[in-house]
Amino acid sequence: MTGCQPKGPEQERGAGIERTGSTTAIRRYLRPRAIPTPFCAGCGHGILMGAILRAVDGLGLDFSQMLFVSGIGCAGWIPSPHFDTDTLHVTHGRPVAFATGAKLFNPALKVVVIGGDGDIASIGGNHLIHAARRNINLTVICANNQIYGMTGGQVTPTTPLGARTLTTPYGNAEPAFDLARLVVAAGASYVARYSVWHIRPLIRSIQKALQNPGFSFVEALSTCPTQYGRRNDNPSPLGMLQAFKESCITLERSRTMSQEELAGKTLIGEFVGG
Amino acid sequence: MTLEPRASIPSVLKPGRYFMQGDEACAEGAIAVGCNYYAGYPITPASEIMEHICRRFAECPGRVFVQMEDEIASIASVVGASWAGARAMTATSGPGLSLMLENIGYAIITETPCVVVDVQRAGPSTGQATRPAQGDVMQARWGAHGDYEIIVISPWSVQDTYEQTIRAFNLAERFRVPVILLMDEAVGHLRENIQIPEQTEYLTRFKGAGKPPFGQAEVPPMPSFGDGASLLVTGSTHDGWGYRRTSSAEAQATLVERLTGKVLNHIPEIVCTRTHECQETDLDVLLVSYGFSARSSLGAVREARAAGIRVGLLRLTTLWPFPSGAVRSVGRRARLVMVPEMNRGQILREVQRVLPEAKGYNRTDGEVITPPEILSAIRGEVGR
Ligand SMILES: Cc1ncc(C[n+]2csc(CCOP(=O)(O)OP(=O)(O)O)c2C)c(N)n1
Ligand code: SF4
Ligand SMILES: [Mg+2]
Repeated sequence: MTGCQPKGPEQERGAGIERTGSTTAIRRYLRPRAIPTPFCAGCGHGILMGAILRAVDGLGLDFSQMLFVSGIGCAGWIPSPHFDTDTLHVTHGRPVAFATGAKLFNPALKVVVIGGDGDIASIGGNHLIHAARRNINLTVICANNQIYGMTGGQVTPTTPLGARTLTTPYGNAEPAFDLARLVVAAGASYVARYSVWHIRPLIRSIQKALQNPGFSFVEALSTCPTQYGRRNDNPSPLGMLQAFKESCITLERSRTMSQEELAGKTLIGEFVGG
Repeated sequence: MTLEPRASIPSVLKPGRYFMQGDEACAEGAIAVGCNYYAGYPITPASEIMEHICRRFAECPGRVFVQMEDEIASIASVVGASWAGARAMTATSGPGLSLMLENIGYAIITETPCVVVDVQRAGPSTGQATRPAQGDVMQARWGAHGDYEIIVISPWSVQDTYEQTIRAFNLAERFRVPVILLMDEAVGHLRENIQIPEQTEYLTRFKGAGKPPFGQAEVPPMPSFGDGASLLVTGSTHDGWGYRRTSSAEAQATLVERLTGKVLNHIPEIVCTRTHECQETDLDVLLVSYGFSARSSLGAVREARAAGIRVGLLRLTTLWPFPSGAVRSVGRRARLVMVPEMNRGQILREVQRVLPEAKGYNRTDGEVITPPEILSAIRGEVGR
């Protein structure tokens, strides 16, 4: 509730006052009682949490008029209980539907949904595509770590082909959803995908999503060293981030590459509304 | 009704006599008591509620109607809207209620006022969409997982549907609970005269800023999103301020005790029953019934009395918490207690917990129970 007013230039220049988006600056959006977070050391969700708050701080939004809705999963804990404003932590898969009710009844609220790939794209997939079709003014941030982190590491609809998980011990035989493209096809007016390694474009895309007056979707590729990396020969948090650096190709660059060169790569960038 | 109104507002429909369908009366009752958010998904025999609300909301500014992608989304958006300050409602039938139950449980643990209407049809599963039944009585009571109490109200006429919908909204606000209005197809599709009164009882939500929204008080205050209250709402076990307490035995016990206590400690305010033709202290037969079956029961009471058999009716409007007190006190005065209902004895078993000798009269073929068949069952029992 405190320190949520848009910041004037004096404040930014003022002696001892933190720079916009700095670690000190974003601390004031957190409930002191909720720190430290419950995330494993090296979890990508912490980086995403910082990116979201930096985006909010950079835009100077009135935090007290923001509502964060999240479902069940480690990603659902990004806003709840950490963010010191209204948070609604709901049933698994349903945050987009709860958010729809709050936004329709009080359009003045800036409503942001944060959820995992299981939450948003598996059990909650139907709500996702329908909210995109309606182009309702919500921002949905999917923390896609390609695994059910909280329940111990089972396969999700975004786990890559061949990956080992608790329920695909011989490698995942099912192809993964391209979430960003799915949501584009469903009718969203802003869609972007970046990873927690690509932190600056990720923050910028969250800011654009927050400013877009229709349905906005940011697929934030995140890391789960505990449940995913460990089983897929990449147990270190840094190693997982570096893997994003190597496997992600911007949409612009991809246009100059052949199909063979693009095999196994993940496209990042703004898919709609950039 | 013992409910204490905090305010009385003028009715939205012009006071007077109308010829209306049960489903429409439900919609009009909701509009009268200030329902300003409706989300739903089409299903027989409840669709008319949604269609009527959709048309009427368009004429009443400031009310939001949305048709969602399914019943899970409908109840979820209702809970989201309620926290944004709405008086919110959804309506469905058995298949939709089955889908809603996880989030009805969420409304219970987060203490979210809202109204869920179930116009019952013959089941299980898809069953017979256009045929009446009362098979969801136990599902309405126990359908969500975990330990909880819930308020379930069953109207028996078009007029009663209008009034009980209003009461459902006021109880939801008073106790911060989801309330289930358990109609049946026969009442939902029934058309009869109703009288719209001048005034409507209206309970305002107590927002109480600065107090814990999930504890201390039996029914804590409930600020809305955007009020600056930094609300921490979660379906996990939580303390008074909403912080998750997922391994504290004390937090779990305290929460469950308060959630159940706030209903069980207010039975007189919640439970509503009525007797018809129960003047004697030595009745031959007492019928205990509810919903459409109570209408047939009253018909049977009149026919039996014309034949010289002293029969009365105890009509249950509140089904849950179960009105055991009324069943005990009125039931004691009768030689035989019989429970007509369109299921295999869901309320009968509750009556038998109070009066073990009670007998059922059941029909599960998707047809309503008629007065003559109840009368012949009565004759069979009393031997006259
Ligand atoms: C209806 C329901 N089904 C299953 C679960 C169990 N569950 C809890 S978290 C979770 C997976 C979360 O995965 P994801 O959304 O990807 O988030 P992550 O933990 O990976 O951040 C599941 C399946 C549940 N809580 N509710
Ligand atoms: S299990 Fe995975 S997603 Fe969950 S906190 Fe640990 S690293 Fe993060
Ligand atoms: Mg995940």
